[in-house]
Amino acid sequence: MRQSNQGKQQYEPGTHPDLPPPLGTTGPIKWMRENLFSSPTNIALTILAAFFLYKIIPGAVSWSITDATFIAEDRNECRALNSGACWAFIAQRWGLFTFGFYPEDQRWRVVLAFVLLLMVIVALLWENCPGRKVLFKFALIFPFVATWLLLGGFGLEPVATDKFGGFMLTIIIGVTGIALSLPLGILLALGRQSNLPIIKYACVGFIEFIRGVPLITLLFVASTMLSYFLPPGTNFNLLLRVLIMVTLFASAYMAEVIRGGLQAVPNGQIEAADAMGLKYWPAMRLIVLPQALKISIPGIVNTFVGLYKDSVLVIVIGLLDPLGIGQASLADTKWQGLSTEVYLFVAIFFFVSCYAMARYSLYLERKLHTGHSR
Amino acid sequence: MNKSFLSAAAFAALSMTAVNAQAATLDDVKARGELNCVVSTGIAGFAAPDDKGVWAGIDVDFCRAVAAAVLGDGEKVNFVPTTGKTRFTVLNSGEGDILFRNTTETMSRDADLKLTFLPVNYYDGQGFMISKELGVNSAKDLDGASICIQTGTTTELNLADYFRTNGISYEPVPVETNAEAQTNYLGGRCDVFTTDASGLASTRASFEKPDDHIILPEIISKEPLGGAVRHGDDQWADIGKWVVNALIAAEELGVTQGSAAEMGKAAGDNPSINRLMGTEGDFGSMIGLDNQWALRAIEAVGNYGEIFDRNIGPDTAIGLERGLNAQWKDGGILYAAPIR
Repeated sequence: MRQSNQGKQQYEPGTHPDLPPPLGTTGPIKWMRENLFSSPTNIALTILAAFFLYKIIPGAVSWSITDATFIAEDRNECRALNSGACWAFIAQRWGLFTFGFYPEDQRWRVVLAFVLLLMVIVALLWENCPGRKVLFKFALIFPFVATWLLLGGFGLEPVATDKFGGFMLTIIIGVTGIALSLPLGILLALGRQSNLPIIKYACVGFIEFIRGVPLITLLFVASTMLSYFLPPGTNFNLLLRVLIMVTLFASAYMAEVIRGGLQAVPNGQIEAADAMGLKYWPAMRLIVLPQALKISIPGIVNTFVGLYKDSVLVIVIGLLDPLGIGQASLADTKWQGLSTEVYLFVAIFFFVSCYAMARYSLYLERKLHTGHSR
Repeated sequence: MNKSFLSAAAFAALSMTAVNAQAATLDDVKARGELNCVVSTGIAGFAAPDDKGVWAGIDVDFCRAVAAAVLGDGEKVNFVPTTGKTRFTVLNSGEGDILFRNTTETMSRDADLKLTFLPVNYYDGQGFMISKELGVNSAKDLDGASICIQTGTTTELNLADYFRTNGISYEPVPVETNAEAQTNYLGGRCDVFTTDASGLASTRASFEKPDDHIILPEIISKEPLGGAVRHGDDQWADIGKWVVNALIAAEELGVTQGSAAEMGKAAGDNPSINRLMGTEGDFGSMIGLDNQWALRAIEAVGNYGEIFDRNIGPDTAIGLERGLNAQWKDGGILYAAPIR
């Protein structure tokens, strides 16, 4: 017995230590084996991708960071200083990109409105937010506070809406559109399923008309045609018209997304609500809509993201959103020709905002996941 | 320049109803205390916001001059940025009082779109830019070339006309904006870039090596760029017309931004200057203004020469020579009608 165990370590029963798993079945190596080199095709694709990254990344990094210029007065100075991107352009025009033509000494109002907006959004979206109840109440008056801060009057210097521009404009259009299109969309979706013919056909007609017309056409109508239809002398604010059109446009899409959700709620739920003696609105509010909206979350957020990005179309009617400010800036002889920087900058802004929305929608889906989905 | 088929179509449908906000623009502007001036969303040297968001350019200066003449302050302008597609609708619907937007005066725009054009404030013409490497010295050698061209503009039509007349062929590369054309041209996706000569010059000036590119000598179209107002308010059209004339005449008569105040104090020896400065005669009241209207306009932005030099002249990045835009005495065709 002793001989057969010669040279091998002995352990008492129960004291054998855990050995590390064999190399190649854990950690990065395992991950790479499974994900990058699992088949000849994958190996080829991995090598190809690595080659492209190797070709692109050094150039991109040196252009955008190491060889870039961050402080300069104009493009020629950028050129003299370094060979890469001229971010000084964005830095010099940061105020213009953010606030548009909003008067410089009044910009704190925009910042304040934005901070309040963030507080309201956090309170609405995050369950454990401290002071949530107070902020909820504040959320109800926030639209009026924000309007007052941005437009002025009642003690603040008035600022006309045509001074709005840049990211501020995108956020105003996006937030207003998102906040109003959801309730409108719900009403339209319910109306479309209504048993009352007038309501039903009004909703169907509205949805189909708006969906059948490109947003850009609606914006043109809003910006130019309305002036002909309205009585002479009426001055109907351009931004307001755009907000209305964008909201109506998004709500038509929203209605269809929510209708999809409504149809996925089994009829038995409504019958059960009827059996409980609930009337139409309580039944919808307590039984049907919570389920339908939960199902529709991906579609709803999809519509939100689309609406947010569609706001760049306002440039065709002469409102200068970040892209419009960028194009106008490119016409300044000091900075002409820096289109790559502008478009990249605007793209990053939109990516950050839209990605945040997408992540929140995923979080919400997980939170509301109650075992129905596959 | 941009010719908008869309707005033309809109007008065909709506010309019947285009009657509101027509009369007494002057009163509207005075009541509002601000001039709504239709400009472009950004054309180098003509209208573009600077780093602080203040608009600058030739067109912008003419807006300011009109505001100074009417309201007494060149800053009281609300700039309405428009694209080539929306400019005429914005003007005709009454959202703009006057238009200075790098706009070519044409018969159809004047008559069909119901605009009244003001005197020309810049004589432009369509040209070609090409890389020196290709060794082309004349537009007639461009047979088979690929050409970057902005869609929906008169430049597109001029180009087709020119190549047809000369019996040569080309391959159009349609682009939407000037910036896009620039990228395409530099990226080698088209051999030639065509637009108005002023646009070519400013584009070329922004290149890293401007000397590698030449602007061909052929100018294939006439592009008289001028301001415009709606049909139906002749008094307002007269104000626009005479402000432009006054700025051109001021250069001819040697009145500058700096000297205007001094010259406006008392009548001098030159009756033409006196009439311009309002120290002789009663010309302001003929257009519904006071007699210092021209004085204020010149004080706000300077005379035509000063406006030109500040925005697109030889000392700026764009570096255009006066050429056709010199005074008639200096070999150009600027010829302001006399104020008398």
